[in-house]
Amino acid sequence: MNNYALILIIVVYLAFLFFLAYWAEKRHRGRLVNNPYIYVLSLAVYCTAWTYYGSVGIASQSGISFLAIYLGPVIAMPLWIILMRKIIRISKQHKISSIADFISMRYGNNRLLGALVTLTCLLAIIPYISLQLKAVSETFALVSNNGYVTSGVWLDSTFYIALLIAIFVAFFGTQSTDASLGKRGIMATVALESVLKLVFFLAIGIFVVYFMFDGTTDVYLKAASTENFKQLSSFGGLENGFNWMFTIFLSFFAIFLLPRQFHVAVVENQNINHLKKAIWLFPLYLLIFNVFVIFIAWAGNISLPSSVNHDYYSLLLPLQSGNTFLALLVFIGGFSAVISMIVVSTLALSTMVSNNVIIPYGFIKKLVEGNPEENAKSIKNIRRVAIFLLIIIAYFFYILFSNQLSLFSIGLISFVVIAQLAPSFFLGLFWRRGTANAAKVGMVVGLLVVMYTLLLPIVADVISPGSQIADKGLFGYWWLRPSQLFGIDYLTPESNAFLWSMSFNTLAFVGLSLMAKGNYRERNYAEMFVHNENYENLQEGAFVWKGEAYVADIRRLLNRFLGETRTKRALTIFNRKYNISEQEEKADSRLINFSEKLLTGSIGSASAKILLASVSKEKPISLVEVLNILEENKETKATNRLLIEKSEELSQMASKLQLANDELLLQDRQKDEFLDTVAHELKTPITSIKAASEVLEDEEMPPELRQQFLMNISKDTDRLGKLIHNILDLEKLSSNRTELNIRSGKINKTIKKAIQGIERIAEQRKVQVEFNESDYLEGMYDEDRILQVLTNLLSNSLKFTEQEKGIIKILLEEKEQEIAIVVEDNGRGIPGEDHNYIFEKFYQSRNQNTKKPQGSGFGLAICKQIVESHNGSIWADKNVPKGARLVFTIPKTK
Amino acid sequence: MSRKILIVDDEPNIVMSLEYAFKKKDFEVFIARDGTEALEIASNELPNIILLDIMMPKMDGYETLKQIRKNKDLDGTKVVFLSAKSKLADVEKGMQLGADSYVTKPFSVKKVITDIEHMIA
Repeated sequence: MNNYALILIIVVYLAFLFFLAYWAEKRHRGRLVNNPYIYVLSLAVYCTAWTYYGSVGIASQSGISFLAIYLGPVIAMPLWIILMRKIIRISKQHKISSIADFISMRYGNNRLLGALVTLTCLLAIIPYISLQLKAVSETFALVSNNGYVTSGVWLDSTFYIALLIAIFVAFFGTQSTDASLGKRGIMATVALESVLKLVFFLAIGIFVVYFMFDGTTDVYLKAASTENFKQLSSFGGLENGFNWMFTIFLSFFAIFLLPRQFHVAVVENQNINHLKKAIWLFPLYLLIFNVFVIFIAWAGNISLPSSVNHDYYSLLLPLQSGNTFLALLVFIGGFSAVISMIVVSTLALSTMVSNNVIIPYGFIKKLVEGNPEENAKSIKNIRRVAIFLLIIIAYFFYILFSNQLSLFSIGLISFVVIAQLAPSFFLGLFWRRGTANAAKVGMVVGLLVVMYTLLLPIVADVISPGSQIADKGLFGYWWLRPSQLFGIDYLTPESNAFLWSMSFNTLAFVGLSLMAKGNYRERNYAEMFVHNENYENLQEGAFVWKGEAYVADIRRLLNRFLGETRTKRALTIFNRKYNISEQEEKADSRLINFSEKLLTGSIGSASAKILLASVSKEKPISLVEVLNILEENKETKATNRLLIEKSEELSQMASKLQLANDELLLQDRQKDEFLDTVAHELKTPITSIKAASEVLEDEEMPPELRQQFLMNISKDTDRLGKLIHNILDLEKLSSNRTELNIRSGKINKTIKKAIQGIERIAEQRKVQVEFNESDYLEGMYDEDRILQVLTNLLSNSLKFTEQEKGIIKILLEEKEQEIAIVVEDNGRGIPGEDHNYIFEKFYQSRNQNTKKPQGSGFGLAICKQIVESHNGSIWADKNVPKGARLVFTIPKTK
Repeated sequence: MSRKILIVDDEPNIVMSLEYAFKKKDFEVFIARDGTEALEIASNELPNIILLDIMMPKMDGYETLKQIRKNKDLDGTKVVFLSAKSKLADVEKGMQLGADSYVTKPFSVKKVITDIEHMIA
């Protein structure tokens, strides 16, 4: 194909992408641009030229091991979704614009850490970008039929393609100074490119399998006859299994940590629910992509001479069959894979370079002095320069270094380097102890190990061929051989490097984190990241800050970056949200946090922190304070609930007080009634005595009658004395002033004593008293008092039973904890309405003018007091056909 | 014409003294131990005077008075409460129900007799 025609096609294709990006940018709110499919397709930026060409190369030489790179993300997809939810929530909350921002913020906006992450990413990605350029250059050469790669920069079409890509990124990637905002235009082109690369790759697969050969079986049978086919189609032994495992891990880390993956998955996520589509669609995409890889590789091995570059079988096969059009499509597919990777990578890297290195390490002073338009321009220019620099450096790297390396190995090296972010990234999400220093040291240690194990042999080979280090080990120690560190010799160089760098990195990170705690800022952010669900609704409230700052200073600072209008609008919203007066002069932690977040999008979290520190006097906070404030913040949401609970408690307390007051009033009234009752009880015998005395004045009264009156007076006097004794007794009992002499005793003996006491009267009235004396039970009681109760009950029974016919029975019932003593008779019984109050010491209630059964006086009230002070109870059984049945209980001896 | 008096009280010793004193003054004395008994005797004997206790078993004095006042035959009968309930509210309640007098216990027998003789003179 003609060289210029191909260039024209490329230019037209790029122009189309420009147009698409422009269109999508205009309709950034439309459904065509904001849907989960765009999101999933943009995730497919994971498939680069490495997938497109490199997989085939690897499959043709070393079998199916290329699959591990795609199996990692497929296997771990459910976990990816879970982690992503958390990562996206945190990032949106803090306006995070890159993985460097994410990690540096987790460790307290640590400037050096952000720079280190950026450096790691550059180290991993620039060679990777250069390999993509190499792919463009080589495939261009193949398709344009020149057969060779031009060597001069100015004659190299790849250089101009790279420049065009740089212009594209610089134009659409810096539309807004806020890097955390989505780049809808770029994402739309990435999605389209993902479609194209898949479709064209499938097309070549179908062409090879069904047109060049007669279906998959045909390819298999023909390939089976080649020499090393068995090795190409099997998994290898256990040792190879380790390689598989490590590669799967590696690719799993990469899907999170690669700057371009972080960018499309997190920064460009418009809706967290888009993740739901990704869970099945993205693995499906990867699987479909890899369906034909092995067949194209086999077909290439069969039909092409082994001298050609195996990576480009998918181009060479159609070219060999004379199908230039299909070769062109494959080229465009591969070109799409390249551009999307370069575009997103440089976009992400340039943000990191500007926000985590250039601005915090030098430009910040200039920005503080500038006005908003200048600052916005400066920030954008820094990013644009970064974009061009990145692509140009990548280009020269390709010119200088890449001849020795295949797409596959550079891809894996890049993955191993980027994996050095894993300990601080993943552990930082779940482990609060992780500190900034530990993260830095871990990362540096990991990188050094990677350099030693993976880069040293390559570099040594380039610089001084024949170097002994790779074969004999450093200083000649065999166990220091870079690719077989510590004598493990069955791992591939990449797996070896991954294993040891990860081990040392993690060890350093965990060990140092355990040895020394981070400062309050680190702990603060650690808490916010690890328990992000607690702070989701708190926003500005979650960050702990103590110090002095003035609103005017902060306003001036924000003006510089956001402009007057946006600043004013932001502050008005802020004041309204937290109900803060416009006149407030002092800034609080919420304003600091709010402003920091506003600035983070534009200049990165580390710079935002530095800027705010320049206008405020921050004071260190003790751990206790941090914890207290965090606790408080956590509870802010719960405060309302707490207040409600408190007021409920108060009203409960009030009603309890009301109850207590009612109780007191009742007691007061009962006391009155008791006194009334006492007075009434006393008045009756006194009236009787007084009346009798007056009548006795009559001298004509017959002597027998006189005798009778005198006897009445005597009886009433006794009654009076007994009454007074009972009143005092009752009062003592009910105020718990009586000390009971409680001992274990045989209740049958006590009952016998009580019966003896009333025996004489019973005999006089010819009333029968029945009790089985052999009933043997032991209880805990004060014998004198229980005797008093029994005597009282027996006297009542005697009083209310008829002479000669009366029968009184005493029964014992054994219960689980207590003994019930029953006194029953066949007398008049207790009238139904009296059951409720025969044990009360007051009967003269307001509407109660009828008397209790005669003679009961205070007797039963006293019985009740005595029984209750034994923790027993006394009651009159209502369900008796005739007579009365009174029961009381006392505790059993244990 | 003999003067009839009905003494209603459940305390036998008090009744005994009153009975002796009124008989001495030539009253024909009837005795009831509670309200129900009192109503029966009153409607049969139509006494000139009823001495009525308030705190009694079964039917109390107030209720008894209400029943007495329903009986037209007993319109001329004077009712005097004899009660240990000495609160003003109790006295007022008794008078409102139509009692002619209210004597609180303990009382002087002589004074009760003098008052009653005045009342029916």
